[in-house]
Amino acid sequence: MKTKTNGEARIGFYVCHCGTNIAGVVNVAAVAEYAGKLPGVVVSRDYKYMCSDPGQELIQTDIKEHNLNRVVVASCSPLLHEHTFRTACEKGGLNPFCFQMVNIREHDSWVHDPGDPATEKAKALVRAAVKRVALHKPLEVKRTRIHPDVLVVGGGIAGIQAALTLANGSQNVYLVEREPTIGGHMAKFDKTFPTLDCAACILTPKMSAVAAHPNIKLWTYSEVVKVDGFVGNYKVQVRRNPRYVNEELCVGCAKCVDACVYKEEKFEDEFNEGLAKRKPVYLPFPQATPPVVVFDPDACIQLKTGKCKKSCLEACDRDAIIFDQKPETKEIEVGTIILATGFRTFDAGRLPQYGYGTLPNVYTSLQIERMVNASGPTDGHIMLKDGSKPKAVGIIHCIGSRDNRTNRWCSRVCCMYSMKLAHLIKQHTGAEVFNFYIDIRAPGKGYEEFYEKLQEEGVHFIRGRVAEVADWPLTKEEEGKLIIRVEDTLAGFVRRIPVDMVVLATGLEPQPDAQEVRRLFNISCSTEGWFLERHPKLAPVSTFTDGIFIAGCCQGPKDIPDTVAQAGAAAGEALSLINAGFIELEPNTSYVVADDCSGCKTCIPLCPYNAISRDEEKKKAVINEAICKGCGVCVAACPSGSIVQNLFTDDEIFSEIEAVLG
Amino acid sequence: MSTKPKIGFYWCASCGGCEESVVDLAEDVLMVTGAVDIIFWPCAMDFKKADIEAMPDKSIVATLLNGAIRSSEQEEMAHLLRRKSQVLIAYGSCAHTGGIPSLANQFTREQIMKFVYEDAPTMVNDQKTHPQPHSRDNGHELEIPVLRNVVRALDQVVDVDYYIPGCPPTPKLLKEAVLALLSGKLPPKGTVLAPDHAVCQECLRNDSKPQDISLTEFKRPHEIIADPEKCLLAQGLACMGPATRGGCDAVCIKGNMPCTGCFGPVSRVHDHGAKILSYLASTAAGKEEDEISATLAGIPDPVGTFYRYGLAKCLLRGKVS
Repeated sequence: MKTKTNGEARIGFYVCHCGTNIAGVVNVAAVAEYAGKLPGVVVSRDYKYMCSDPGQELIQTDIKEHNLNRVVVASCSPLLHEHTFRTACEKGGLNPFCFQMVNIREHDSWVHDPGDPATEKAKALVRAAVKRVALHKPLEVKRTRIHPDVLVVGGGIAGIQAALTLANGSQNVYLVEREPTIGGHMAKFDKTFPTLDCAACILTPKMSAVAAHPNIKLWTYSEVVKVDGFVGNYKVQVRRNPRYVNEELCVGCAKCVDACVYKEEKFEDEFNEGLAKRKPVYLPFPQATPPVVVFDPDACIQLKTGKCKKSCLEACDRDAIIFDQKPETKEIEVGTIILATGFRTFDAGRLPQYGYGTLPNVYTSLQIERMVNASGPTDGHIMLKDGSKPKAVGIIHCIGSRDNRTNRWCSRVCCMYSMKLAHLIKQHTGAEVFNFYIDIRAPGKGYEEFYEKLQEEGVHFIRGRVAEVADWPLTKEEEGKLIIRVEDTLAGFVRRIPVDMVVLATGLEPQPDAQEVRRLFNISCSTEGWFLERHPKLAPVSTFTDGIFIAGCCQGPKDIPDTVAQAGAAAGEALSLINAGFIELEPNTSYVVADDCSGCKTCIPLCPYNAISRDEEKKKAVINEAICKGCGVCVAACPSGSIVQNLFTDDEIFSEIEAVLG
Repeated sequence: MSTKPKIGFYWCASCGGCEESVVDLAEDVLMVTGAVDIIFWPCAMDFKKADIEAMPDKSIVATLLNGAIRSSEQEEMAHLLRRKSQVLIAYGSCAHTGGIPSLANQFTREQIMKFVYEDAPTMVNDQKTHPQPHSRDNGHELEIPVLRNVVRALDQVVDVDYYIPGCPPTPKLLKEAVLALLSGKLPPKGTVLAPDHAVCQECLRNDSKPQDISLTEFKRPHEIIADPEKCLLAQGLACMGPATRGGCDAVCIKGNMPCTGCFGPVSRVHDHGAKILSYLASTAAGKEEDEISATLAGIPDPVGTFYRYGLAKCLLRGKVS
């Protein structure tokens, strides 16, 4: 590229009318005349639309005719047209970074009344840019290649969908799941709203597809422990926790489970939400993927004491059990990462007024999901503790949600799944079902119709936040019942409604380790703990770290259709990077002047992108330009002024300040 | 008359430590006196202002002037010595960056006069008498210097050729400067005659500093017995070493005391105190306001800590009435 930056600054200045957006408030002709007299300015013009083709050509022609080596455009926000004008400079034969943009629209004409003060402000901003641009140095845009492999973290429906989309597009995918099986929360559901599809029927084919896909490396019972590198070139360490079984050999026949010295299931079954028990060796559920058993080291006698007769070993005809299996750390290289780490449900025990854990027959919604599931602990029968069918069931919405004392957000899915459960309960038991809601939120496709269908089915909807679930009867009808005390805000009085069973529609929360995960992957969280998207509308699956995308409930509560859509979007974003093969790096990065650096290490822990390391031999800090985002934190903190940021050198910034004040 | 180069020493708003540092040259002082004629040194030798005024302009090869400039008299002497000297060197922190006297710039001149002559606990002054620039006593006209609005570093009053930093400068720096003067091998005008890197580069404890120190509290030197091997900042002492120009061979840290910043900033830093604040704040572990406040409570005098030697050079300058 030809770069004309030698010798004295020869600056071309252009002020844009932006129709009347700027010219209606700022006297652009006066600004152009003023700028023309500033030191170094050889051409000064005003033009109706600088961003138009003729506007850009004006710059290109002037660069050649007037031998310009610097360009300043006073127009709108650099967010909109900095790239446009930099490109125009480049086409004119000038290094695109010998350009400075002045925002006299958002920063001036749009926020001030027409008149001299607005024009004077424009002149001051122009003065600053003209003074600074003379100090600009030509910079080079660097490229970094994108490794084509992708890491997907989390094997719920979001992770499954993203992994399959990528793998079907011929990418190699590592799918890492913390639990022994993929499937996530969706695997626990019986039906899905509003279509009442069988959750397993639509999910398990995808789970099997993941396990069988030649492009997917599935690592369950595994966790990401370290992430280094940057977009296109991530180095990730994954710890594979020992399940004490050779995954290649085990086929999930469960003969070992039958043979276990524990004849009874004694240990809490996490998959069934504590409603059932399991053995020390178990398959989480029949369609678990991979179909490989897992040993619970806190329960298995052999693993705890080393003194068991190991009847499981004998039962296994494939010699798949390995009691001395150790954790194993795998190191992989990937170019992009999709986080789909999901959510947890609100702990209903935090609201003691609803009796969860203290009153019998008070369940969480997930427990009812398991109960109504044909492969669940009650074989699909909704029953009370005594085995009988409930005659009346109350479903309380918004447990932990929309409440300043717990979580302020709406969890988005509870209204719909509560109605789904109401339908299923009524269908399975014929019970009277009462929904206690604050507002019904049914804004999805077919959701409002589902609500109407429920009303037609005779499910009761009572508007009011429940005060209490109590077990003290006032009348004979209330004896032996759970009494729901609620202000019916539509009827206008306080009611006591006796039921046999209470279902608490628990809301969605960020995973308890969301903060650690966020730090591990160097992304941001909202104050609530949901992973933060780059833009809530226009970049919903991107993060502020290039090459790391988010999908599903780790970003915020959402239902299955939205989750799947997001997972597809995240996969698409990753594919877009992979297909490009490389990305261009903005050159506004920082660098350490090695001769000046005292090796004090102040900058190293501050970098939000882990771009700074220490050269132990030279005892100096080094910045990896490919990782640097140009945030300037290290520049500000460097106690000896030994870090310089391109386009934001002290000289450039101070010259701007001086010119604005002068 | 001797043909040896003429050297002058002078003091303005200073404590006398800089004069002491000349004596700290020990036997090397003989080398200096052998090589030069000291023609002015009010602290040690009996010369008068009139002697200097009588000399031709530029007849002094170099004057090393220490102390900040507060009074009209100091200002006058600075101008006089500038005129008479070929090379004027700001010697020591006060002349270089304002030094401890410039901490007075936190207050207006009127506040200071009122405190000193009326409100100070040791002051008995029912008449509220303040010193007057002009007065008569027993028929005599009396005149005393006036205080200027702010304390200034030497180069804020007159043109300065070189700076020797330190409170006081170390004998090594003084000796090197004198040798450079005698040999005529002087760096470009405006240079600080000390290396342009931070103290950490010279500090023997550098390797012991962890990469992430995340301090939850700052301690003052009298509150702990510091480990003599480990980085003092990592032990919670507000050490200014990372932000302070080296050349002192980390002498305070060798004495197990944290750097207080007397050599001033490196050439690339515009505001020493702001830089110290910026880097120290970045070592605080807390992210919430109350955690940060709790940590900063360990620095009870922020201005006196961050700008101990350089408030005159602060971009915000001083408080004026």
